[in-house]
Amino acid sequence: MTTGTMPTVEAKTATMPRRHVLDLDDFNKAEIETILDSAEAMRGVLGRDIKKVPALRGKVVLVMFLEASTRTRVSFEQAGKMLSADVINISGSGSSAEKGESLLNTALTLQAMHADLIVIRSPQSGAPYFLARNLDSVSVINAGDGTHAHPTQALLDLMTMRRHIGDMAGKKVVIIGDVLHSRVARSDIYGLAAVGANVVLSGPPTMIPLELLRGTSEHFPDSVTVEPNLDKAIEDADVVMALRIQKERAAGGLLPSMREYTRRWQVTDARLARAKPGALVMHPGPMNEGIEISSSIAHGPGSQIEEQVTNGVAIRMALLYQTLAGAAHAGPMGVEL
Amino acid sequence: MSETLLIKSARLIDPVAGTDTVGDLLVLDGKIAKASAAPSDARVIDGTGLVLTPGFIDLHTHLREPGQEDKESIKSGTAAGARGGFTTLCCMPNTVPAIDNSTVVDFIKQQALEAGPIRVLAFGAVSRGREGKELTDMEELARAGVVGFTDDGSPVATGHLMQSALLYAGQLGLPIMDHCEDYSIVKGLGINEGWVSDRLGLAGYPSAAEESIVARDIALCELTGGHFHVAHLSTAGSADLVRQAKAKGLRVTAEVTPHHLTLSEEWVLGTHGHVEPDAVVTTAAYETRAKVSPPLRSLSDQAALIEALRDGTIDAIATDHAPHTYGDKATPFDEAPNGISVLDTAFGMLMGLVHAGEIDLPTLVQRLTAGPVSVLGERFIELATLAEGTPADLVLLAPDEEWQVDPKAFASKGRNTPLDGDTLRGRVKLTIAGGEIAYDGLDGLNA
Repeated sequence: MTTGTMPTVEAKTATMPRRHVLDLDDFNKAEIETILDSAEAMRGVLGRDIKKVPALRGKVVLVMFLEASTRTRVSFEQAGKMLSADVINISGSGSSAEKGESLLNTALTLQAMHADLIVIRSPQSGAPYFLARNLDSVSVINAGDGTHAHPTQALLDLMTMRRHIGDMAGKKVVIIGDVLHSRVARSDIYGLAAVGANVVLSGPPTMIPLELLRGTSEHFPDSVTVEPNLDKAIEDADVVMALRIQKERAAGGLLPSMREYTRRWQVTDARLARAKPGALVMHPGPMNEGIEISSSIAHGPGSQIEEQVTNGVAIRMALLYQTLAGAAHAGPMGVEL
Repeated sequence: MSETLLIKSARLIDPVAGTDTVGDLLVLDGKIAKASAAPSDARVIDGTGLVLTPGFIDLHTHLREPGQEDKESIKSGTAAGARGGFTTLCCMPNTVPAIDNSTVVDFIKQQALEAGPIRVLAFGAVSRGREGKELTDMEELARAGVVGFTDDGSPVATGHLMQSALLYAGQLGLPIMDHCEDYSIVKGLGINEGWVSDRLGLAGYPSAAEESIVARDIALCELTGGHFHVAHLSTAGSADLVRQAKAKGLRVTAEVTPHHLTLSEEWVLGTHGHVEPDAVVTTAAYETRAKVSPPLRSLSDQAALIEALRDGTIDAIATDHAPHTYGDKATPFDEAPNGISVLDTAFGMLMGLVHAGEIDLPTLVQRLTAGPVSVLGERFIELATLAEGTPADLVLLAPDEEWQVDPKAFASKGRNTPLDGDTLRGRVKLTIAGGEIAYDGLDGLNA
């Protein structure tokens, strides 16, 4: 009823380098491939004796984690240091957030100190978008926001799949568990849709977005379907990804019991046998072994869980490099390796 | 100071008389008078092309005073009301302290008198301290002048308390207005449960959480014979429930806000209008200025609300004007308080419905004047008519004038509107309350 200017919705052919990395919903296949290529080069640096290149010398990267995390925080920190950026960690504990300063004022303060890039992990969905909107000279990378998105995790998942499977077009990925509260699943859905993979979601009805359950979803890509019965969902899957179940969900009324959950949705040997032979087993971590995944599978031959961690460092190096130096150099491959 | 004004050749819409004519109207000694009795020194205003109606009555305004004067004061809130064409504002009791005793009512009446000519009527709290436990002293509050009771901001906490409140207030002839939100389902979420909340990874407030309390309260209304008024009704299902209750003859009334009639959940994406579900989420998203409770709903809810407004299921348009400071809203979405600053823009938003052919102007005016009176009671009927001898509470409107929303120019302290920068068509030109000019937007053209 009111008229106004429509915002410019960025086309899915956004050209690199990006200033921010917030989610994968506007990445196309070519851009993802370029990032994965760059990350492969970065993996080469990781395998060296002297794990350091001067690419980001003189750049200041703030790693702001307002929520507990080990793997993602260390991964970003290591990625920045290997590229010779000055990396400063800010954690929720002891920071201005705990003294009652608003996120906006904290961010403006950090911008005034001439930070080049902020990596943010926040329990609040949209916090990285909020920073990106309010800061005019700092890049923002989303390291996981609430129950919304986790684009660097999705990219490391795609890298892991490409290394083992190659082209993902037409491949089947089953994602199991608490999809509703999973930022990993949301970003994976967009990344996998971009590379042409089909996604089947399987989990308790309280943990699947209602619109998908009702069959009224227009906002998820068409390549996403729901199959509550894991025995069916897993059939002929190329990739089996279990999500972390938070144990307090049972007390919150979303699950009858952990026993019921494991009986219906744990990735077991018997279930994995129904997937394609040699199917990849993935988990964003940290795992509850014996709940969403059996120990034998977590440490079995198909498990890529540790490789995911390694690829995570490479992906974050690629993104930091692209965001901070991409335009000034010959492109991601221009790193002196 | 009461003025002597002769408004000539305006379209006069009188919702009580049911008339819609072109003519002249005189304001004399604070009352509406026969134009032929105009003294020669009356200020003459050319109303050609303009619409003159009774001043609007807002059943639902958060004036924030006492206690949160950084967000709004009675002075700034009544100024915003005047700017929006409202000559009567019913203020909500979720102040600090709450309006739960007659001393606070007296304070508000005094502040309103000092602020200017806009009439301020208070709603009292249902429960002491709005804590949902003990009823307030309802009879004492009624004697102090409250026009109804509500724990707005929160629902009446339990069915038992609602039952008692309907009985007590019913005996006093006053309504219980309920903010219908089932806290056992969700609490305080400012975004609809739907595709937008899904896209943004935010927990959403489903329609069912409103409708379950609307259904509870209708059942209790039938049980007690009291008067249940639905605050800011926002879903198609709630409209159906009210329609059925009215068909049964129950004393159930309802209001709807300008934003629920004209905006939808997509506004949380920062898009200022419709957007396809597969669009990219931009940095404009997580628009806290579109965070409101109940939340902006789906397009089909919006259509059902317009239909319910048209067919009389919904009696009144009420703003739920909820001013907040810049800092309150300059946060990640979850942290921001709910609410939109509506008074300054209400008429322009609503005229969009008229221009789109959704509702005719006389019906819109009825829902802003006589409609609210049907909720408040017949003793206020004089506020909704242009009859001679009634109080000169009037608004002069330019239905086709376009203007750009600039929150910095608001009379309200609350600049929290998602309409920032949009163009609206329909503008208030002059507001007269008790014969005094409360807002003059004629730009000297008629001086």
